[in-house]
Amino acid sequence: MILTNIESVPGMKIKAQFGLVSGSTVRAKNAIKDIGAGLKNMVGGELKSYTELLTEARKEAVDRMQEQAQKMGANAVINVRFATSSVTAGAAEVYAYGTAVQVEKIEG
Amino acid sequence: MDILLLIILLGITFGTGSIIEKNHFKKIRKREIALIKKPIVNFGIKKWDSSRKVKSTKLVSGEVVISGDYFKNFVAALKNFFGGRLTTFESILDRGRREAILRMRESAKDANIIVNARIETMMINDTYTGESVPQCAIIAYGTAITYE
Repeated sequence: MILTNIESVPGMKIKAQFGLVSGSTVRAKNAIKDIGAGLKNMVGGELKSYTELLTEARKEAVDRMQEQAQKMGANAVINVRFATSSVTAGAAEVYAYGTAVQVEKIEG
Repeated sequence: MDILLLIILLGITFGTGSIIEKNHFKKIRKREIALIKKPIVNFGIKKWDSSRKVKSTKLVSGEVVISGDYFKNFVAALKNFFGGRLTTFESILDRGRREAILRMRESAKDANIIVNARIETMMINDTYTGESVPQCAIIAYGTAITYE
């Protein structure tokens, strides 16, 4: 599956369009790690456990979007965008959406 | 007694916060120099060299969650009263965004160009209670193109 966030796939042409596909996930970290982040919060710096959480969430949202595109018979998703929102403290939603298309290589 | 505790807390967090920030900026600058033009990043531009054959296209991203410290928050709360620039928070966001962009670039080291890079920012803590220290989650993403 090819993913891009531009309107086309470089070096390929679009054969068929299938419309919007999306995937979202809401993730929360366990309470013990929340305490750890709370301490880190006081001294400053990167919150590694939350970064991990964000990476996992992003991957899962993209995976779900790809699954949906695969069911439609697409082999690429173009114009992928990420949208994020915070549901409560310590939980994050990542939403990925794009247009499912079928592409083929340009001959020559 | 409470004031003494506050002063101690402010002192400690000022120390740790500034040490962490200084080291982080140093690391960022080093990595930025090491990665210069490898790959080129286009923000919002969707052009690439169409005369060359494209080998692969990939969505790349880098993410980071960064927080301020107690001292920064305290200073910002004071400044909030008078208005003006909140320099303590500006540096946090600056660090976060540069780090996210660097991670995106590092995950696409072999690519020639990253087009249409975008940055998504959100606050993940409870912003309604004014006491809490800001935590920013930042995702940078773009399309990495490798030529043949």
